[in-house]
Amino acid sequence: MDSIALPAGNPARASEAGAVARRSEALAGWRLAGPALALLALLILLPTIGVVALSLTDFELGYDNIHFVGLDNYLELLEDRTFLISLGNTLTYTVIVTPLSVLLGLGAALLIETEVRGRALFRTIYFLPVVSLLVAMATVWQYLLHPTIGPVNALLRLIGIDGPNWLGGSDTVLISLALIGVWQAVGFNMVLFLAGLTAIPRELYAAAEIDRATTAWDRFWLVTWPMLGPTTLFVVTISVINAVKVFETVSTVTQGGPNRASEVLLWTIYQEGFVYLRVGYASAMTVVFLAILMILMVLQYRALDRRVHYT
Amino acid sequence: MTTQAWTLARALRLAFLSAGALIFLAPYVWMLSTAMKPREEIFSSSLTLIPERWAAVENFSKAFTRVPMLQLLMNGVIVCAVILVVQVLVALPCAYALAKLRFPGARLMIAGIMLGLLVPIHATALPIYVALSGAGVLNTYFALAAPFMISVFAIFLFLQFFRAMPDDLINAARLDGMSELAIVLRVIVPNAWPAITAFSIFSVVAHWNDLFWPQIVVTETAMAPPPLGLIFFRAAEAGDDYGALMAATVVVTVPLLAAFLLAQRRFIEGITLTGLKG
Amino acid sequence: MSGLALRGISKAYGDNHILRDVTIEAKPGEFVALVGPSGCGKTTLLRIAAGLDHPDRGGVWLGERDMTAMRPSERDIAMVFQSYALYPHLTAGQNIAVPLAMRDLTVWQRLPWIGSLLPGQRVIRADIQRRVFETARSLKIDQLLDRKPAQMSGGQRQRVALGRALVRSPAAFLMDEPLSNLDANLRVHTRSEIVELHRRAGVTTLYVTHDQAEALSMADRVAVMMGGRLLQFDTPEAIYGNPAHVEVARFIGSPQINLLAGEVDAAHGIRIGGRLFVEGVGATPGTRVTIGFRPEAIKLGGPGQAGLGASVQRIEFLGSETLVFLEFARGEASLVAKLAPAEATFFRPGQAVTIAVASGEVLVFGADGSRLSVSPAMRMAANG
Repeated sequence: MDSIALPAGNPARASEAGAVARRSEALAGWRLAGPALALLALLILLPTIGVVALSLTDFELGYDNIHFVGLDNYLELLEDRTFLISLGNTLTYTVIVTPLSVLLGLGAALLIETEVRGRALFRTIYFLPVVSLLVAMATVWQYLLHPTIGPVNALLRLIGIDGPNWLGGSDTVLISLALIGVWQAVGFNMVLFLAGLTAIPRELYAAAEIDRATTAWDRFWLVTWPMLGPTTLFVVTISVINAVKVFETVSTVTQGGPNRASEVLLWTIYQEGFVYLRVGYASAMTVVFLAILMILMVLQYRALDRRVHYT
Repeated sequence: MTTQAWTLARALRLAFLSAGALIFLAPYVWMLSTAMKPREEIFSSSLTLIPERWAAVENFSKAFTRVPMLQLLMNGVIVCAVILVVQVLVALPCAYALAKLRFPGARLMIAGIMLGLLVPIHATALPIYVALSGAGVLNTYFALAAPFMISVFAIFLFLQFFRAMPDDLINAARLDGMSELAIVLRVIVPNAWPAITAFSIFSVVAHWNDLFWPQIVVTETAMAPPPLGLIFFRAAEAGDDYGALMAATVVVTVPLLAAFLLAQRRFIEGITLTGLKG
Repeated sequence: MSGLALRGISKAYGDNHILRDVTIEAKPGEFVALVGPSGCGKTTLLRIAAGLDHPDRGGVWLGERDMTAMRPSERDIAMVFQSYALYPHLTAGQNIAVPLAMRDLTVWQRLPWIGSLLPGQRVIRADIQRRVFETARSLKIDQLLDRKPAQMSGGQRQRVALGRALVRSPAAFLMDEPLSNLDANLRVHTRSEIVELHRRAGVTTLYVTHDQAEALSMADRVAVMMGGRLLQFDTPEAIYGNPAHVEVARFIGSPQINLLAGEVDAAHGIRIGGRLFVEGVGATPGTRVTIGFRPEAIKLGGPGQAGLGASVQRIEFLGSETLVFLEFARGEASLVAKLAPAEATFFRPGQAVTIAVASGEVLVFGADGSRLSVSPAMRMAANG
């Protein structure tokens, strides 16, 4: 057989062909990514810049004049009692909902993981609130927690307790909303933990058995908890962010009341911006809200780098 | 082991799980029960679940007549469908280009997408609302769907999925003479169904349940999606005809719950996948 | 020192029988290799020895102690896992310390944060540190103790896993394919290290592998398993030279043993290609049999010499030896011969040759795969 010789070719022509191929690949890339890029700019980039820009103005929808006011809006925020109450309430709500929904989610996942029978059934039940219309379920909770005709207080009366006006009292409203929030979030956290649990190599548990980690307690601290590190961090972050974004239940059930006791960040922004149409002022609130989210994300990334990734 | 022994620990575990399950199910049980009860029984505040006099017909007919319930459901379906289709159509080719093609600006765009992941609708709502209001298109399907035409999350999810696909698969398709668009349609999409399904479930659940944006751009009952419709219904009923209200909540909750119960595994996988990647 | 005995072990998942009445008794200090193709049940058997799985029938004994009902932690055995199963959040030193900490510290002393404040734990921890360091030094990983598994190479991780097993001086060692995740060079090197380690510690060892060369080269005795049954348990020499079952013969040795189908004739002989190949087979005439002979048992000669006619198909030069692939009986069967490279230079592809096999080297297996005897007395009778 003859040997196959490759023609040496012209190096200049070859590099030219390479440039053409690169150009056509770049063109195809731009064509495919173009619509997304345009929409990204139009619907996310520009509005984000816009909200920062608006926060420096006194713009009100319906009035034509718009003035640059510098940081006036932010200074006003510092003295706005409603906004400060709103920040405080959002913080309280988050502090109640996050640990409860994370721990209950983890607990449910651990119990369900070890239980062979009924595992699918329990998982389904705990997950139901995640796919239920929150506005509708908030309405149901409002009925359940109704001070006079609600089943919760009727149940409490059976054991001789006079239940409070859950969603109507300024002392209890935030806790009641938080409990609804926990009820809604546990299932989501649970499935994330379940996914994290299945990703733990079985051999680690076998090694722990051989290494005399006899009790479930020992195995949890030796294997489960450290191996769930990344999942836990993620679940905590997403729980905090979702808690900060609480809106539906407030809008449906309490509308910030009674007496601003359930005034939360997004509700305040909604009222200022879309009801009173003070766009400039609401934009400043939005920037604060966005800054809070950014800080949370940065904290998560830093923790992720430092502590919970072992690779 | 296929069968577990009945130990004390297991009994305790089952007791805990069952108690939790009861609490989680309670709202659904009362929702159904109350939707069947007449007004006077509801106000007697008794704990019985089975009504003495069935008022289901009365309650549900109110739910369907006081607000245009079918119209609300229809609005929800249309808006969710439009959002999903556009999101996928925009995200798929973009994610493919970013994952598998080299072009100037690609890295910058990926950075933009990662940043975009941090910006929720709540942050961009004001400027978009001002623009839509200026254009005079409030109270339209367009206004309901507009801010969600792009999902950076979808691009991000598909990007990760496509990066894991072997380059040789695409090179082989190129050698077979396919254009880049043909590669997306004939090679990428058929292989990306798991990611598309997961994202679809995530998207529909999110937008079917969303109240924030509809409450901003819609003031007419005829254009409202189910959550907002429910708010209007409550306003119309002055909020204390709980029988009719519960009937209405049953109607708006059932579609997604039914879909979930029919395809539980897919739902949970989809939400887990989109959750963990997000 | 005590031996490790697995007696009459059976295990099934539904209709899927993983193990069928397997008995293996390792003498005190013995190195026993469990070898077989994947799915033969060897890993399940090892997990039963560890207490991680439970047999449906049969028992596990360590010396005089019946361990069948004991938990893994009570058995005083150590195990090295295929994936090493190191705790990724702990350093090498902390990994090695785990079994000691679990044994010597109380639940309270082990608590995160709080534990280190409790009285009495300082002395114990110092002692643990000392023993971890000694073990690490004997494995030459004392400079790695502060690294996490992700910062180590496969070979280093493997040593840490060995260290974790060694540190508490267990009564028996179990190893589940500990070399399969290493590259080829390191594997051969670590093989001899493990043998050396075993020689020094003298601890009874059960070693699972799918690599027959590993089993033959390392073990005092080899147990060959297939389809959940123990086919043969003997010294490496006996397993190779005197296999009890056709599957053992087929599995052990590389290149594979040559196998040909035949039938016992009226004179208790077996004819291959019309020539009498074996005589004096201890089976009734008409029995279908398989005869086998190792590639190195074949003597190749030029055409015209005594033997079976065959043709050379292909020659593979492997350096220290040369494999000659032969076609036989018009392509109906193929054989492989292993020759010294110098001998092989006489042959070319396509060439006609003759094959001779010394009768002592031929193994005969019955229809059920079991070995049939070939008696010298019978052979003489056949000749007469």
